[in-house]
Amino acid sequence: MSRRRELQEINAGSMADIAFQLLIFFLVATTMDTDSGIFRILPPKPEEEQKEEKEIKERNIFVVLVNKDNQLLVENELIDIRNLREAAKEFIANPANRGDLPEKVPEEINYFGVIPVTKFHVISLQNDRGTSYGTYIAVQNELTAAYNELRDELSINKFGIRYNDLKDDDDRKEAIEDVYPLKISEAVPKNIGGS
Amino acid sequence: MTKFARKSKGKKPGINTASLPDIVFMLLFFFMVTTVLRETNLKVDIFPPFASEIKKLEKKSLVSYIYIGKPLQKEVYGTAPRIQLNDAFATKEKIREFISSEREKMTEADRKKMTVSIKCDKNVEMGIVTDVKEELKKASALKVNYSSRSGTQREIFSNF
Repeated sequence: MSRRRELQEINAGSMADIAFQLLIFFLVATTMDTDSGIFRILPPKPEEEQKEEKEIKERNIFVVLVNKDNQLLVENELIDIRNLREAAKEFIANPANRGDLPEKVPEEINYFGVIPVTKFHVISLQNDRGTSYGTYIAVQNELTAAYNELRDELSINKFGIRYNDLKDDDDRKEAIEDVYPLKISEAVPKNIGGS
Repeated sequence: MTKFARKSKGKKPGINTASLPDIVFMLLFFFMVTTVLRETNLKVDIFPPFASEIKKLEKKSLVSYIYIGKPLQKEVYGTAPRIQLNDAFATKEKIREFISSEREKMTEADRKKMTVSIKCDKNVEMGIVTDVKEELKKASALKVNYSSRSGTQREIFSNF
């Protein structure tokens, strides 16, 4: 009773091993990859008998057809996908104000004042049920790239900053999207390809 | 000189490993916090298409996934592309149900921001994807992400 026994310390030597085991478990189970992809907003389902057939002038439509053999028919011409981006860019911006490309309407936009905008343009994308998904995404990608490049050019000219670097709630981003509004319309595919 | 020589004669001190557990624990905590455990077992084979104009999905809690691809177990399920929701194969009619149950899980404020990510194999024909899109329109889940991975131009145009 005279001398107190010293408390024995717990051996912590194996702590590292245990921690390592846990670490390895989490390392293996972790999925670090974040999902990424092309964003689209689908058009809402039209109410019954409510749709008013809006007349769209021929010059305002850019028809892109994709068949099941992954061929592209753009404005009634068979073209290579590598040329799609340029064709789409010319259509969207109509820089030379050509009569067969979309009409330009003066529009009041923040930061820009009143400028002519191809407000009524529509890119109509139609694919076959047999088109492969990879092809469809490639076409979507090119169309998106056309918009993004135009927006980028405008943004750098006007603000000296890339479009993609603008924050989501930035007025400037909104203004640029007003100048080049993304208008891709997708018709419900027909089964023309016979697949 | 002798002074120095004598000193080096002593035993080499071992590296102190007392802080090893601390370091390992730090790593452990990092991985524990960043880990998102796989929620679903994929039953379909998915090789996403390539694209360059991609955006990252910000909040995982706002995203619901629809998988489309050929079944992994060909002997059992055949080779026709199938839709997978959660952990099981589903028909396209089930999508509306799936969307509304996913909506239920979210808070009121988040429901508007709900995004549906379509994870589809690049070789699947568009027919099934179109059906899914039509169902999503009916369910008024209009924000869609076509899941794709970043690739070079050659990879993007590999179908042509």
